[in-house]
Amino acid sequence: MARTPVTFNLNGSPKAAFANPGQNLLDFLRRDVGDLTPKFGCGQGTCGACTVTINGQTQLACLVLAEAVNGQDVRTAGGLGQGATLDPLQESFMDHFAAQCGYCTPGMLVSARALLDQNPRPTRDEVIEAISGNLCRCTGYEPIITAILAVAEGRERA
Amino acid sequence: MKNMTTDGPMVEFRKDLFADERDDNLNEVGKPTRRQDIRGHVTGRSPFFDDHLFNGLLHMRCARSPHHHARIRRVDTTAAERMPGVVRVLTGRDVPVNLNTLLSLLDFGLDDEPILSETKVAYKGEPVAAVIAETEAEARAAAAAVHVDWEVLPHVLDVEEAVKPGAPAVLDIYPNNKFVYHGKYDHQKLRFGDVDAAFKTADHIVEGRYQMSPIEQAPIETCGAIAAPEQNDRYVCYTSTQALFFSLGTAAKVLTLPSSRLHFIGGTVGGGFGGKVDSIHEPLAILGTMLTGRPVKYAWDRAEEMQVGAPRGAERWYITDGVMADGRIVARKFTGYFDAGAYTRLSSYAIIKGVGHLPGPYTIPNVYADVYCVYTNRTPATAMRGFGITGVDFSIEAHMDKVAETVGMNPIELRILNAYRDGDMKAHRREAKNCALIECAQVVAEKAGVTISPALKAANSLTGGGGDRGALPVFTATDSEGRVEGFTATSYAKKGGGSGPENLPPVALRPTAAQPATRPAPQPRVETARPAPQAAAPDNPRPSEPADQTQKKPARSGAMRFSSLSGFRRR
Amino acid sequence: MTTVETYATLDDAARAMGSDAAYLAGGTLLMRAVNEGNAPDRLVRLNNPNPKEFRSSGDKLILGAGLTMAGVLSLRELDFLHPVARVIGGPQIRNMATVVGNLFAEHPYGDFATALLALGAQVVPVGQGSPRPVEDIFRDRSRVGLISSVEFHRPRDPRAFGFLKVSRVKPKGVSVLSIAALLPREGGRIRGARIAFGAMGATPLRSAGAERALEGQSLDATSIDRAAAAAIEGLDPPTDQIASAWYRREVAGVHLKRLLTGMERI
Repeated sequence: MARTPVTFNLNGSPKAAFANPGQNLLDFLRRDVGDLTPKFGCGQGTCGACTVTINGQTQLACLVLAEAVNGQDVRTAGGLGQGATLDPLQESFMDHFAAQCGYCTPGMLVSARALLDQNPRPTRDEVIEAISGNLCRCTGYEPIITAILAVAEGRERA
Repeated sequence: MKNMTTDGPMVEFRKDLFADERDDNLNEVGKPTRRQDIRGHVTGRSPFFDDHLFNGLLHMRCARSPHHHARIRRVDTTAAERMPGVVRVLTGRDVPVNLNTLLSLLDFGLDDEPILSETKVAYKGEPVAAVIAETEAEARAAAAAVHVDWEVLPHVLDVEEAVKPGAPAVLDIYPNNKFVYHGKYDHQKLRFGDVDAAFKTADHIVEGRYQMSPIEQAPIETCGAIAAPEQNDRYVCYTSTQALFFSLGTAAKVLTLPSSRLHFIGGTVGGGFGGKVDSIHEPLAILGTMLTGRPVKYAWDRAEEMQVGAPRGAERWYITDGVMADGRIVARKFTGYFDAGAYTRLSSYAIIKGVGHLPGPYTIPNVYADVYCVYTNRTPATAMRGFGITGVDFSIEAHMDKVAETVGMNPIELRILNAYRDGDMKAHRREAKNCALIECAQVVAEKAGVTISPALKAANSLTGGGGDRGALPVFTATDSEGRVEGFTATSYAKKGGGSGPENLPPVALRPTAAQPATRPAPQPRVETARPAPQAAAPDNPRPSEPADQTQKKPARSGAMRFSSLSGFRRR
Repeated sequence: MTTVETYATLDDAARAMGSDAAYLAGGTLLMRAVNEGNAPDRLVRLNNPNPKEFRSSGDKLILGAGLTMAGVLSLRELDFLHPVARVIGGPQIRNMATVVGNLFAEHPYGDFATALLALGAQVVPVGQGSPRPVEDIFRDRSRVGLISSVEFHRPRDPRAFGFLKVSRVKPKGVSVLSIAALLPREGGRIRGARIAFGAMGATPLRSAGAERALEGQSLDATSIDRAAAAAIEGLDPPTDQIASAWYRREVAGVHLKRLLTGMERI
């Protein structure tokens, strides 16, 4: 089958790989590019576990055609923080018990980061709205909301 | 609200309760602490089963029954085998022991469920073939090309319809659609005192019918496993299982491999809630690897997770209470139906657990329960958070409200009045200890602004229990209703030594080996009913021996103990 | 197996379409079908769609094929539609899903299409064809060619437009039903009432009963009660995992009454 070359930026680094016809970005990132941080939960656009940003906007990797990111800027939870220094959101999630099984966490963090990048001082309602496309089944949303607000309110150390 | 602030306590510690039973100098409780695995979670590095890359990974998907109930005349895989990317198509004949052996591993019943069904399907979505292909899309397309010649059978989807005479038999080994308990009864019995006699003395009889639908665990990570050849003639299996050693044992039995040749890696589970204990994926993924020599992934997509992933089973309960005008419940009778779906999985166990929990956290001197594990043509049920308890607890508490309404009492007061207190005798003949329902109810009343009587506000779990409330019933009415013949307590007998065929491979327990159940006519009761014991009779001495002598002694000797896994068994 | 063709312009894409092809815009419907193995053989897409594609001419609003829900939310000219766009999926879906794509969303989706139906919107085909009412698309969605835009007139008084989505899960949930109402008033009387329901049929549907009950009336408790009582006329609610047809039928009037009562107060 004819494969399509895709070159794009992933978390600030140039990447190139071949995509299968109809392959979605989630499968492409995980199997062909090797970024395992976006997770498969539904393949239907319901759960948000595969949330990534494309040119700064959150999208669902399972519903994005892999070849459509050619030339685009893609960011995943794998790009949060710098080296050993974690993103304040990651620190805050650790401090506020905002991850239990950890499966929804990368997508949740991508949505939270996109929110704070666009709106550094969100209200509680805005936080809820921002993560409303990310399902969590075990942590419970309350610690997650608390962790995000702690960063927004500057109470979480950077 | 307290839990909505960003740094307020989410938990309120009531240090005033049971203060002298507890050392409050705690190192961890009440103090924030980081989970040991949380760095992996927030960096996305925690290795879930699918976070392992293999060169040449193959993908497995199953062809499934579109029917609730059908006989399989023929499975034709020739078209599927010719589809692009297809490496191999498996049917039941390829599975060394085509039977999920979870029940026998747990010592909890006859193994009854094929890995890939060959003769019959009993629920919509039951797998009949497994396609292994180069890509997931190719496996999906080829699975759709597996042709099955079905003979559609009548189906039954309701528990009470299923136990009626003439209902379609879901499983050949249980022609009446009821699991057989201990090789003796078609239901699990609880008999404590004499409910019928107590009903005659009660001021009110309160009846209720309650039911709940199946509940899908819906983990964000769907169930799955990846198997691959490993060095030293072993196979490695990365799995989402919640029960690594169930899965290891099941795979070893299904594949007739010594478990030393299986290297299972799990422990990082993307949400389980009970839905990942059934070891559905591991045996097939490993078998795929054994037959192709390549890594094989078998995972459900979301639709499969919802359709064929085993839920918490549906339950239906009938409850009848005998209640005195002052709110004391003197008798409680249950008839319960657990919907196991098409195969037993863990439903037989759930019922044992549920019956041990009756009549709820209340001291009721006469309790009776008949609880049926019923087969229907629905998705098999399995574990989910407190399964066996949740549905009946919902029923009991809804019923408590109904009782409160009947006697014109505040529902919180009714609960305090009837609550277990330390030293009381529970219906399953264990002493109640460390009770705290009264205190919980009092705090609820306080938080909800509900006024309760001074006497009940002053009540506590530490006093007022025991004495006659701690005594076993003087008389317990027993019966042989639901006695079945032709079954052996096969799996139980293994532990105690006795009649069971020990050490037989699980294949010997295939449906054809089992005998049909017959139902003898119910035996008339020989005992004369006695008046219900007074809930507060002051000088009823506690008998020195268990008072259930009216029950027949077990034929085999050996002390009984309660195992959380398998209920009562002999040691 | 699916193949993908990418074009520079909608005209090029339109020429490539055929009965074995589907146009891939936001992907929220079509990529799911690809993932589940039931997409058409060929996917036709644009190289560079514009998610904020919008223009206006007088009071005519023209929403281009690339305009996403997030795009709608970013445009002040479309403020009266923000309450509609805000309840489509979660933030990620809104960044992807297009307004035109919503016309093709099958039950229980299509809440924005419900609003377009109430607004009397027209779709503009790519190429020479003349604009057609959205009802045409709902009649047979498999036979619609490529659409370049959807257009409608801005209500003279934006408060004449009301929208309500009822879902069990908040803030993001699938519709039990949605209702869009356009109630232009002249001298206090309703002229040209359009009441559309979503998730009350295979496509968004108009409630002939409610429209008749309101036409020529003032919006008050009496006319609202009559509209609520007649709401189900013209609707064909399905049973799905969210609600039974019976339930939808029972509550349709209740929710219409709530929506209209809210609009009455304004």
